[in-house]
Amino acid sequence: MDCMVTGGNVKVLATSIHSLSRIGEELYLEPQEDGLALRTVNSSRSAYACFLFGPLFFQRYSSSKSSTFRCKMAVKCAQAVFRSLSSLEKTVERCRIQLNSEKSRLTFTLHCKHGLLKTHNLSFQDCESLQAVFDKESCGNILRAQPRLLVDTVLHFPSSLEEVSVSVSGEQVCFRNHVEEKAEQGKAMLTELSLTAEEFEQFTVGCPACVTFCLKEMRGLLMFAESSGLPVSLYFDAPGRPVILSLTESVLEVNFVLATLSEDSHPCNDNRNKSTEGLQNAAPPDDFMNDDIDSYLIAMETSELAPGGHGCVPPPPQDANMGQLRARATSEGEEEQSEEEMGRAPNKKFCSLFFGSVLPTPSQVTNLTLRSQEVLASDSENEEEDATLL
Amino acid sequence: MKFRAKMIDVGCLNNFTRVVNTISKLTKTCTLRLTTDNLFFMLSDKVANGGVSMWCELSQANFFDEFQLEGVSAEANEIYLELQPEYMSRALRTAQNAKSLKVKLTKKHCPCLTLAAELPSLSSASRLVTHDIPVDVIPRRLWQDFKEPSVPDFDVSIYLPPLKTMKNVVDRMKNLSNHLVLEANLNGEMNLKIETDLVSISTHFKDLGNPSWSDEASQGPSQARAPETMAHARVDIKKLQQLLTGQQVNPSKAMCNIVNKRMLHFILLHEDVSLQYFIPAMA
Repeated sequence: MDCMVTGGNVKVLATSIHSLSRIGEELYLEPQEDGLALRTVNSSRSAYACFLFGPLFFQRYSSSKSSTFRCKMAVKCAQAVFRSLSSLEKTVERCRIQLNSEKSRLTFTLHCKHGLLKTHNLSFQDCESLQAVFDKESCGNILRAQPRLLVDTVLHFPSSLEEVSVSVSGEQVCFRNHVEEKAEQGKAMLTELSLTAEEFEQFTVGCPACVTFCLKEMRGLLMFAESSGLPVSLYFDAPGRPVILSLTESVLEVNFVLATLSEDSHPCNDNRNKSTEGLQNAAPPDDFMNDDIDSYLIAMETSELAPGGHGCVPPPPQDANMGQLRARATSEGEEEQSEEEMGRAPNKKFCSLFFGSVLPTPSQVTNLTLRSQEVLASDSENEEEDATLL
Repeated sequence: MKFRAKMIDVGCLNNFTRVVNTISKLTKTCTLRLTTDNLFFMLSDKVANGGVSMWCELSQANFFDEFQLEGVSAEANEIYLELQPEYMSRALRTAQNAKSLKVKLTKKHCPCLTLAAELPSLSSASRLVTHDIPVDVIPRRLWQDFKEPSVPDFDVSIYLPPLKTMKNVVDRMKNLSNHLVLEANLNGEMNLKIETDLVSISTHFKDLGNPSWSDEASQGPSQARAPETMAHARVDIKKLQQLLTGQQVNPSKAMCNIVNKRMLHFILLHEDVSLQYFIPAMA
């Protein structure tokens, strides 16, 4: 892999890494034919973020000869390469990223003004592909707005606030802070902001609903959106199903997939949002009632697909009502699908499941599938063990 | 009990925000007393507050364009609320460029003081932000706990130097000691002193001037005083620093009354806002 970023795009790349650093601790880097993918997932696996920089984003782009190279590293290390976003524009003219396969280092070379050359050799770990499976197009609600609108909206909430609820009806969208415990509601300040449809570039509401998700990750995306000036699209439908925040440009696609609280833990169910209540109740019966802890979970699935196979795995029927984020681990050769019901990981709020990685050899397929079902995907230790098997 | 008020002018909103910010720096919880003419932010000198008390009085007409209040009864036409000024300050901060701000007493999941700001938007309709601040309504039998403090029988009253200068001095002293002695006399001289095992520091201010209190009650003892005799009080330096750091009213007049070895009474005046702050002396 060898690519060169020039001019203002260096800052875009740098900002994307800073934005990812707000979500997860590891940066997954994968040079694909359709561009360079930078991804991360948060520690509770309730949020996934992906930046895909198309080949035209680069002055020169060549992915690996053998298309198998992919790696992960601490996002802090990558962030250190682009430490100061503000001075970057003035000092750095070009940035080259190449793989030094002899030394197993990923080399970032910054060509700065006055012929100054800064070289960072980052060590990395081999890893499986990290990819959440989601379908934006199937979401009933799509809101698109200039980043400024959302940045201004988020400003009204304290930075300590963890979760925000968004509800839409035909004409307006309403943001409010999510207060978990009933007992705390008497003590906490509730803030509510409503925006009319006119403020959005696109305002499609197929199913009025109210979803609750983490604000921190959204702030991460907004940081990037604000600096790039690209409109942000918000895709969501029922509570429990993921919210997808997305930016698209000709040479760049950004998707943040965030878990949402499921319906029974949802504040909008009680009294506040009468307009959407009826609709939510009309939804097909589900078994949320039975699993209150699971309400925070996102169903995950780990699957093995052959390199060419990009088909989405149809959701298992019993999960149909749960928000689903499915992950796909890809390696060449085998084709195997395993599905994991997410277990419950205690102590975590949106303890969801992502990507237990499975890299089976033919003989291991059965075993691994079983194993990954026992092991919750939230246990990343096991993930690494699995990876080292190869 | 009903209360609703509306503010339209940005200048008023800014001033009001500054007052609330100041209050929120001084205390975590306080009492908001609403009468038909005034708003009061109060903190009574309970032990839990470290003996500090506060009294801030605003004339509603200087801030609000509409102000409707219906108290407990016709003869007790007032409302007492306990709230966290930090919430109010945070709510006001997000309403800085509001076209209008409404303040209402509401019954939501609990009694709330609701601040609703109408913000400019990209479209013809405004953005509406509401903040529901939970409050405790204080029953009438407890109202007597909140009386306006009388100006104490002080020994010396003195105008303060620019608060920023004072803050700079006190900030540095705080690194060295937990207590500070403030002393002043009727010659317009004031000293800030700390004393530790290692170091003694004293900062002298002169020509500050002494306010003349025509009020006969407080005049008594000070008249008999020799002008150069210092009255002093030793106080928790953090309390003093809180006042100097947190204040955002930029008072046109700031003075301090010293009751020898008993307490410091600060009065900050700015237009129609008055803030009084009492710090008890320590042994």
